[in-house]
Amino acid sequence: MSILRNILTTAAVASALMAGAAQAETTRIALVVKALGIGFFEAAHKGAEEAAKELGDVEIIYTGPTDTTAEGQIEVINSLIAQRVDAIAVSANDTDALVPTLKKAMDRGITVISWDSGVAPEGRMMNLNPSSAPLIGNTIIKLAADHLPEGGEVAVLSATTTSTNQNTWIEEMNKVAGNYPDVKVVGTVYGDDLADKSYREAQGLMQTYPNLKAIIAPTSVGIVAAAQAVTDAGKIGQVNVTGLGLPSEMAGHVKSGASKSFAIWNPIDLGYSATMIAYHLTKGEAKAEPGATIPIGRMGSVTLDDNNEAAMADPFTYDASNIDQFSSVF
Amino acid sequence: MSLLKSRETILALAIAALLAAVASRFPGFVEPGNLARVLTDTSPLILLALGQMAVILTKCIDLSVAANLALCGMVAALMNGAGVPLPLILLAVTVLGAALGAVNGLLVWKLGIPSIVVTLGTMTIYRGTIFLMTDGAWINAHQMSEGFKAFPRAVVGGLPVMAWIGIAGVAGVALLLSRTPLGRAFYAVGGNPHAAVYAGISVGRTQFAAFVLSGALAGLTGYLWVARYAVAYVDIAGGFELDVVAACVIGGIAIAGGSGTVAGAVMGALFLGIIKNALPVVGISPFWQMAISGSAILIAIAFNTLGRREPGRIILRQAGAAE
Repeated sequence: MSILRNILTTAAVASALMAGAAQAETTRIALVVKALGIGFFEAAHKGAEEAAKELGDVEIIYTGPTDTTAEGQIEVINSLIAQRVDAIAVSANDTDALVPTLKKAMDRGITVISWDSGVAPEGRMMNLNPSSAPLIGNTIIKLAADHLPEGGEVAVLSATTTSTNQNTWIEEMNKVAGNYPDVKVVGTVYGDDLADKSYREAQGLMQTYPNLKAIIAPTSVGIVAAAQAVTDAGKIGQVNVTGLGLPSEMAGHVKSGASKSFAIWNPIDLGYSATMIAYHLTKGEAKAEPGATIPIGRMGSVTLDDNNEAAMADPFTYDASNIDQFSSVF
Repeated sequence: MSLLKSRETILALAIAALLAAVASRFPGFVEPGNLARVLTDTSPLILLALGQMAVILTKCIDLSVAANLALCGMVAALMNGAGVPLPLILLAVTVLGAALGAVNGLLVWKLGIPSIVVTLGTMTIYRGTIFLMTDGAWINAHQMSEGFKAFPRAVVGGLPVMAWIGIAGVAGVALLLSRTPLGRAFYAVGGNPHAAVYAGISVGRTQFAAFVLSGALAGLTGYLWVARYAVAYVDIAGGFELDVVAACVIGGIAIAGGSGTVAGAVMGALFLGIIKNALPVVGISPFWQMAISGSAILIAIAFNTLGRREPGRIILRQAGAAE
């Protein structure tokens, strides 16, 4: 009797374990974004789903706070740890604030990578940059210079003073500014990624520098607000708005001439690559260590540098010739 | 009464001093054209501060105004996309805003939940609703009709329509507060709720009315905001409710209710509006900008508190003298 009961119990436990194993076969990858409702991240989500479909056994959990705060992301990540996801791929609102929470996740065996906006090295296994910072820094000033054959004054409208990526790009831009001797960068202002503040800051730039020829806004909220401010000031043709933005959001301003061209990498590719990397690391098919090469499906592969960082691809320039084609995509 | 007047005089002087300080660094700021621009830019803040003032007068607070604005703005943009004519959109967003305010008002009135909790909840619900409606997508400049974007910018009598709407709002609320039973009820309910009840005023109903007013103004402002910045998304006017409350506090509206003037609220809003517009042109490091805005609020409140302390003493002294 007791033997029978033991056998039955063992069978029950075994079947429960097997059921557990069957469940665990689906890799659950959480894509944590800066805030829900931003077109760029919605597009990255699309790419992540594409990668999931290609890989087959992946479930994407797309999540993030409703506003762009580190506190909101910490809350989201804590709940993901509680849900025991297999991997977290995060675009951070703050370089350092997320580190303790992400460390906790890694301690529980969760694969943690950052993408788009990175986390400090101790808080992640690797960081996927959409492009390399030097390349972006060069691109944004080149976009301004391309339409200024005679040179002139340009100013930068950034996001917040603490935005990791904007600060890096502007730093890199200033490094190569010497290659564009006729373009004079007169100042950097911060619109905090708020439409109204960015608009006001753009107006302020045009007032402070009457000879301003271009506004470089390496942020999707800022570039739209600056283009609107230029339009309202009647300075289309006089002040060119460029930088980084989304085709769907910039289509009107490219057509009106407020923006002659702008650049962005493909966020779909970015979400796709982040998912691929998270998957391969979780499955143990790749290791996050300096010099390692990780395959990223149709995008080829990335190689990690000394800080376990990798660059995906070059940014892509959008102008009147191709805006219609892309504005329906993202 | 003279003290009330003097508090507003102090604020007016502070605004003048602020303008003078800005002009010393950037003379172009005080040109009439630029001041008109600042007034236009501050109109949303003025409109919301007026509604917030009515709510604060009744001992409540409305933290959902910015979310209400964002939701109504998104609805305006969506209606525009569907080809609804502009007058109908204006009417619809004002009614929708009033309805959203009524939700706050009903919860405060019928369930007796503290307004700060109610509006903290509805604030999140309204923002969430935008997300549900749009799935997080933006509505951009090229998806809005020209007429939709042009209306607040149209210049009539030297000022854009947006500024005129702000001015009309000020006149309307000033009339409401000073000339109608409802307006007086706002003060009565906040000044002394028990006495108001004995005078036959329903405290809950009055608070409800204040929330409806605040909501309607937020709804109308939602359209103005979206048309002005030519973009609508979930996060527009994020954190704006705090600016609105700050404008009221700077304007001398007593957070405990029952005291405050339209002139105060308007000047409080203008004060903040001038700071917001001046900081980009005077070349102050962005790292200092927030500290400066915050200090301005604290200094203004310190003035208000000092101004308010005296009447209390006078009353006591008179009571003592009468014995």
